[in-house]
Amino acid sequence: MEKKINHPLQKYFRGPINYTTCPGCGNGIISQAILWAIEDLAMDFDKFAFVSGIGCSGWIPSPSYNTDVLHVTHGRSIAFATGLKLATPNIKVIVTAGDGDTSAIGGNHFIHACRRNIDLTMICVNNQIYGMTGGQVAPSTPYHSKTTTTPYGSIERPFDLSQVAISAGATMVARWTTFQARQLRKSIAKAILHNGFSFIEIISQCPVQYGKVIGKRNNAVDMLMDYKNRSINVRKAKKLSPDEVKDKIVVGEFIEDKQVPELTQEVKRLRKEAVSRCQK
Amino acid sequence: MVYIDKEACKGCGICISVCPKNILAFTKDLNQKGVPYPKMIDEDKCTLCENCMIYCPDFAVVVKKDDK
Ligand SMILES: Cc1ncc(C[n+]2csc(CCOP(=O)(O)OP(=O)(O)O)c2C)c(N)n1
Ligand code: SF4
Ligand code: SF4
Ligand code: SF4
Ligand SMILES: [Mg+2]
Repeated sequence: MEKKINHPLQKYFRGPINYTTCPGCGNGIISQAILWAIEDLAMDFDKFAFVSGIGCSGWIPSPSYNTDVLHVTHGRSIAFATGLKLATPNIKVIVTAGDGDTSAIGGNHFIHACRRNIDLTMICVNNQIYGMTGGQVAPSTPYHSKTTTTPYGSIERPFDLSQVAISAGATMVARWTTFQARQLRKSIAKAILHNGFSFIEIISQCPVQYGKVIGKRNNAVDMLMDYKNRSINVRKAKKLSPDEVKDKIVVGEFIEDKQVPELTQEVKRLRKEAVSRCQK
Repeated sequence: MVYIDKEACKGCGICISVCPKNILAFTKDLNQKGVPYPKMIDEDKCTLCENCMIYCPDFAVVVKKDDK
């Protein structure tokens, strides 16, 4: 039972699997969900490229995944991923980003990638805090939270990141917590196959920096059980009043629209049209 | 069969909490990191559901279906 045996996902890593995350951090559960999704699809890992920014979530693919990984500046992962996808459209590009990375410094890149409907899979690790830098407030931190930078409670209302993505035009959007690891795995697989911008938000435990905000410091188990108790599927949530869902986490697959033109294909079409115009 | 790589474990307790059969528990021993790690306490009840594997943030648990 204590014998060392290779993990079935070991083949996706360059060397021994050795995350430096804090005990119980949700990042490792999300890493598994991504790799299990790729395993389920039986796709060649070399046909993937990962792009991540600065933040704890940036270390999910970097430097350990055994395929191309770009670890870029804070907030700019979508910008790099956009360039990469336009230059090599036949590669599946997956972005892993933190909530701060996505919605604060990278907010503009985020909404425009949604609007452009470029074929990227965005995995947004929403731990509701700036984890890596010591627990500062993020645009996704709940109202009234006492963080390092809001010692008297935050006075700004948070973004609902999935709703922002939908409003900005993303064509596949889902949200799960780390407690729904199996549903998450399925949604990631769907997102990888989706031809357009897919946004997968995961409410994920940061037992160290966010744990201390909610009185669950270093208690990943309590945080996970809290997700279990508060999660409600969007289908069920639709039938309830706003007051009834106020303290819940609405999870599920929100939208999937296959009709909207995808950006790299639009570029291709434009090129063809330009060439045929020149030949006339 | 459930395999636990005790040196990869960070002692978070997640695997224990997501086991539907309640058959994982911390040992009294510590690993080299100085944290307790889980042990199987009643193998016969294990359904090989894989929860302990897929929820472990540190890839320290492997569930093998073909060698029970
Ligand atoms: C241009 C720039 N601004 C600020 C920082 C400092 N910084 C590093 S990570 C981070 C935020 C991390 O929060 P999040 O994106 O939510 O990732 P997490 O660590 O929570 O996964 C900040 C502000 C930086 N590295 N670069
Ligand atoms: S600070 Fe939070 S997000 Fe970062 S590794 Fe630790 S638990 Fe994970
Ligand atoms: S989930 Fe993994 S790291 Fe956490 S206690 Fe279990 S084996 Fe250890
Ligand atoms: S495989 Fe399932 S039943 Fe068996 S120990 Fe793991 S979580 Fe428990
Ligand atoms: Mg964060």
